[in-house]
Amino acid sequence: MIKSDQKLNPKIFDKDCEQKPIRTGFGQGLLLAGEQNENVVGLCADLTESTQMHLFRDKFPKRFIEMGIAEQNLASVASGLAAMGKIPFMTSYAIFSPGRNWEQIRTTICYNDVPVKIIGSHAGVSVGPDGGSHQAIEDITLTRVIPRMVVISPCDAIEAKKATLEASKTKEPTYIRLAREKTPIITTEETPFEIGKAQIFFEEKNPKVTIIATGALVYKALVVAEEYRHKGVGMIVVNLSTIKPLDTETILEAVKKTGRVVTVEEHQIAGGMGSAVAEFLAENYPVPFHFVGIRDKFGQSGKSEELIEYYGLGEKDIKKAIDKILDTNKIIGENLHAEEELVV
Amino acid sequence: MLSLSDQQIKNLELKANDIRGSIIEMLMEAGSGHTAGSLGMADVFTALYFHSLKHNPHDPFWDERDRFVLSNGHICPVLYATMAHVGYFPVQELFTLRKFGSRLQGHPHREWLPGIETSSGPLGSGLSQAVGMALADRIDKGELWKRFIYCSLGDGELDEGQNWEAIMLGGKEKLGNLIAIVDRNKIQIDGFTEDVMPLEPLSKKWESFNWHVQEIDGHNFNEIIGAIDEAKAVQNQPSVIIARTIPGKGVPMFEGKPEWHGKPPSKEEGEKALEMLRTLGGRIKSEHQ
Repeated sequence: MIKSDQKLNPKIFDKDCEQKPIRTGFGQGLLLAGEQNENVVGLCADLTESTQMHLFRDKFPKRFIEMGIAEQNLASVASGLAAMGKIPFMTSYAIFSPGRNWEQIRTTICYNDVPVKIIGSHAGVSVGPDGGSHQAIEDITLTRVIPRMVVISPCDAIEAKKATLEASKTKEPTYIRLAREKTPIITTEETPFEIGKAQIFFEEKNPKVTIIATGALVYKALVVAEEYRHKGVGMIVVNLSTIKPLDTETILEAVKKTGRVVTVEEHQIAGGMGSAVAEFLAENYPVPFHFVGIRDKFGQSGKSEELIEYYGLGEKDIKKAIDKILDTNKIIGENLHAEEELVV
Repeated sequence: MLSLSDQQIKNLELKANDIRGSIIEMLMEAGSGHTAGSLGMADVFTALYFHSLKHNPHDPFWDERDRFVLSNGHICPVLYATMAHVGYFPVQELFTLRKFGSRLQGHPHREWLPGIETSSGPLGSGLSQAVGMALADRIDKGELWKRFIYCSLGDGELDEGQNWEAIMLGGKEKLGNLIAIVDRNKIQIDGFTEDVMPLEPLSKKWESFNWHVQEIDGHNFNEIIGAIDEAKAVQNQPSVIIARTIPGKGVPMFEGKPEWHGKPPSKEEGEKALEMLRTLGGRIKSEHQ
């Protein structure tokens, strides 16, 4: 069941569970960050309102720079500002930043080691009607491969607000991934949040599968876990909002209890969040593993929900993965990792 | 504008000649690196570090220093040699260029060597960083320019579209504290700039983006320093100084030849080059010794 210490939204499984776009949390978080630290500056490449930077712009016009449609310049100008002591937040759509300006991010931000915060909005296929050209499903891979980069993918608007505020206090180059559409509010203001810390949102006694999810799909993972609870099959659900650095301690704690993992993300499987988890587990604690993610395809136009279904990211796909992995385990043995054999 | 005394000019010329000698020596020792642009910009770098820049070699992180961004990172031999001669680190350390563990990385890395403002090498992003620095000072201090942000660019580098994004923003923001210096040596790896990707009319291009433009002889100290002084006096526009230079300047066998863009002199070629700098080509030095 939902873990009470996480203080999640009490109406989480209700039909009228509140919904908000994750990006709105960023807008509010940046406003708070701007109030708390006068060195916080904002830069945007002609998408100020849709990336929710307008709140900051209106409150701090002198600390806002309109860059025009120029994402490469966006990244390197932010680097220059950071070199002079600023904490720049730069926003665009994820497909353009970190998509178009990847090398500028690598060299002028990360290789330079300056505290620029890269905000990629409208990530994932859930952007919907705009189509495949605008659906960033490679951005986690692009950012987490760069040394020093911190990668955060909040599960709802409230977590996005906290992530933004916390990111404004760190020295590391940081990527925060946001989504456009309204998604359910999972957490509350009281839910603990720390960059680099994964959270166990849901846990049953004698759990069978650890579902590790990121972004808005954490909600679907929770819904599925609740459904299996009613069937008498226990689950653990981990909210992996910080993808890098990876909270290996929490992952291991959860995976040791179940010996099976399903990862869930609105992103290519290649190099994404699931890959990050798999890289760690393959070396340290190999267990049967299944990925829910996009399998080497581009997106297309459609409604958010129908695309989630089409690309195999929906509740039924998570259930399919769980059933498959439960089945696999019957074949290869339940005691793949008896406690005494552990070498971690 | 005060022009420099003859003695000041002679001193700068001697210094530039020493720096050219160091560039040849370090490239010979390294066995790789960029010769032509490094030699071609020796006069501009000497003018900056021995006259125009506000900086302190003994306190590289001094907050009030001007910022100098090397966008064309491949000509770092001239930056390293100039920094060594002006006192940032021992001249002997120049011989570690491009070697394992050296602070003198093949392309400059900010974290390795104090005095380097930005890590660079991949072309086209230095001017953007300089624009960011200039914007930071405006946010903090308004239009009262207490220090200046300089950016060195190669001319071939202007093929990169990102420069024109930065030039557009610099013009829009009227950054009077920003001074770009273009090494107009007309060569790049694949040949002459006007064959590879024509840049002319280059001055008009910058002017049309609302920059204050000066074209100078990049080997004439009066012109270099005069242009920097004029650029500093322009309050509400960024400035660009297009410095016409001779790639490989100082060593006739290297001068004006695209093939010397990206290779170092062999031991034999280097010895010959050093001899030229010290005797024939080094006429200036011998006259004043």
